[in-house]
Amino acid sequence: MLWACVLLPHLALDGVLRRHAEPDRPLVLVSGPAQRRVLVAVNDAAAQGGLHRGQSLGAAQALAADLTLVEYDADQVARWQQFLAAWAYRYSSQVSIAFPGAIALEIAGSLSLFGPWPRLQARLREELAVLGFRHRIALAPTASAAWVLSGHHDGLTVTTPAHLQRALCAVPLRRARLPNNAAIALDKMGLRDLGKLFSLPRAALAKRYGPELLTHLDRIRGQQVEVLPLYRPPDVFDARIEFNYEVSNSQVLLFPLRRLIGDLAAYLSGRDGGVQRFLVRLEHDDHPDSEVVIGLLTPERNAGVLFDLAKGRLEQITVPAPVRGMRLLARELPPFVPAVGELFDGRAQQAMPWTQLRERLRTRLGNASVYTLTAAAEHRPERAWRRVQEATTSTVCAVQSPRPTWLLARPIPLRDARLRLLAGPERIESGWWDGGDAQRDYYVIETAIGQRAWAYCPAGDVGPFMLHGWFA
Amino acid sequence: MAAVVSLTHLLQDRRLWRGQPASMPASTEPTGHTLLDAALHTGGWPEAALIEVLHPADGVGELRLLLPTLARLTQAGRDVALIAPPYVPYPTAWAAAGIDFQHVQIIDANARQALWASEQCLRSGCLSAVLCWPQQVDDRALRRLQVAAESGRALGFAFRDLRAARNPSPAVLRLQLEGEQISVLKCRGGLPPARPIPFPHSLH
Repeated sequence: MLWACVLLPHLALDGVLRRHAEPDRPLVLVSGPAQRRVLVAVNDAAAQGGLHRGQSLGAAQALAADLTLVEYDADQVARWQQFLAAWAYRYSSQVSIAFPGAIALEIAGSLSLFGPWPRLQARLREELAVLGFRHRIALAPTASAAWVLSGHHDGLTVTTPAHLQRALCAVPLRRARLPNNAAIALDKMGLRDLGKLFSLPRAALAKRYGPELLTHLDRIRGQQVEVLPLYRPPDVFDARIEFNYEVSNSQVLLFPLRRLIGDLAAYLSGRDGGVQRFLVRLEHDDHPDSEVVIGLLTPERNAGVLFDLAKGRLEQITVPAPVRGMRLLARELPPFVPAVGELFDGRAQQAMPWTQLRERLRTRLGNASVYTLTAAAEHRPERAWRRVQEATTSTVCAVQSPRPTWLLARPIPLRDARLRLLAGPERIESGWWDGGDAQRDYYVIETAIGQRAWAYCPAGDVGPFMLHGWFA
Repeated sequence: MAAVVSLTHLLQDRRLWRGQPASMPASTEPTGHTLLDAALHTGGWPEAALIEVLHPADGVGELRLLLPTLARLTQAGRDVALIAPPYVPYPTAWAAAGIDFQHVQIIDANARQALWASEQCLRSGCLSAVLCWPQQVDDRALRRLQVAAESGRALGFAFRDLRAARNPSPAVLRLQLEGEQISVLKCRGGLPPARPIPFPHSLH
């Protein structure tokens, strides 16, 4: 077993900043009762202005004038941890969020797929940077040790028990994540690092600090098996962004939309699934929410494609009131089958597969506007075809007589003084049972300017003709 | 007196243009009409190009001109698209002409959206032929379609009214259908044949 621990020291702040349009402006997270508000986290710009965590809000506002305040939300932090666990799930089936502000994942089983640890680590770091989370990563034979080491030294890689013992001995006690504030008491006793603590007699330690301390020490050294609750990915994607201001311009909505769809794509690739139908809900203050449904014909999980489609739909709607929040819900998550491309494809370089093009057309022109026709076994021409979304093999009923390539959606009178009958009549008589009774004699007619028409008149008569098709 | 220059030297120098066009490679997109193939210097449809078909009215054989091409493409499993066709295609008749209707995509759109859709389809590279019926289209829009056809390596067919024949067009090939014959109004890179090509009705 090899556990990687991704420590997220600024989880709450990064979660807020990544959804903020201007992360370079001073921003602080505040918490505490109304009488005594204190800063929980400050961003770089605020820190340069002399703000630091633990400061009272009054002092902070005296130091920085244009300060953005965001309420610290513990639930939101837990959701971010869940989100990152979903992201980590694509690299390992054993992911745990048991440690506060950290994700632990077992990677010994994943190395053969994702390459040696340095490469996997670089990949984790790169993706976390894109997602917008600052992080520290360490690798150790036990999850607890990885958690402790990630707080001590970023990038530490320990694979053997002997090496682990050495690495742990150097960890200062205040970073050893000891339970029950034992670190402070031990520090006051003059103990500085874990090495000193390991050399103390166990019985005395248990007596003084309780069995939890011994359990922790045993777990980080791998002397006691630890059982971690493992993360299980949810079956529904649901994410929400709340705006601090009213948005009435659809262009401004694109930034949070891109973030949400990026998160959705990350979640989908962790599940190895696609999305076929999702919903963007725009929240208003005193109106019911507006909903934009994005439905696809085939599952998709590419963030760029999904964003283009959602953007197209979003641009078409008019919102009744300014938007205060945006929520993305995806319930239908079918398995994703990637399109198979040909290895030696002679087509153009930037070729777009038909499924993508179709979605783009449907987005702009309407869901029903892209279709194909299939022949129906029926003699009446107006019922001899059906619109279908997905092409299927159809059996065409063989007809001996000529049929026109164009059909008029509804027949119109054919008024021409110099008609020439070329062929006919062909009697089509059908449908007395379904209300669409037809008794017609069809003729092939040439008009004065040389058009070939397919026209009919009531059975038995010759003229007046109703035009029903063109032999184009 | 200028020095005497031998003709062979001049020709080897490659600064002299002899007015004989280099023979174009034979097109991989035959039209399916032997007489038309023979009349066109490309020996078929110009590849990756916009082709205009001008006809005086509907139902004079404008589709019949394309049916062999569409049959060949769809049977090879390549998709073709009809953008806002003026009428409903009758699948029975198309199937009788050899067209596999599974590979025919139809896109409904109004006049303005149809141009956008045509350009998207031509540019995408996943469709082998795109048939469109642009109405009141200007030179710029046609040029966009022509560029899209080039970049997507697709055959673009634009059906237009005969009155448009008077105006110049950026299309690579312009065919005029009238009275059971085809006249080539323009073919880029070659001389249009002087005589119209007979195009008799196959029916009766």
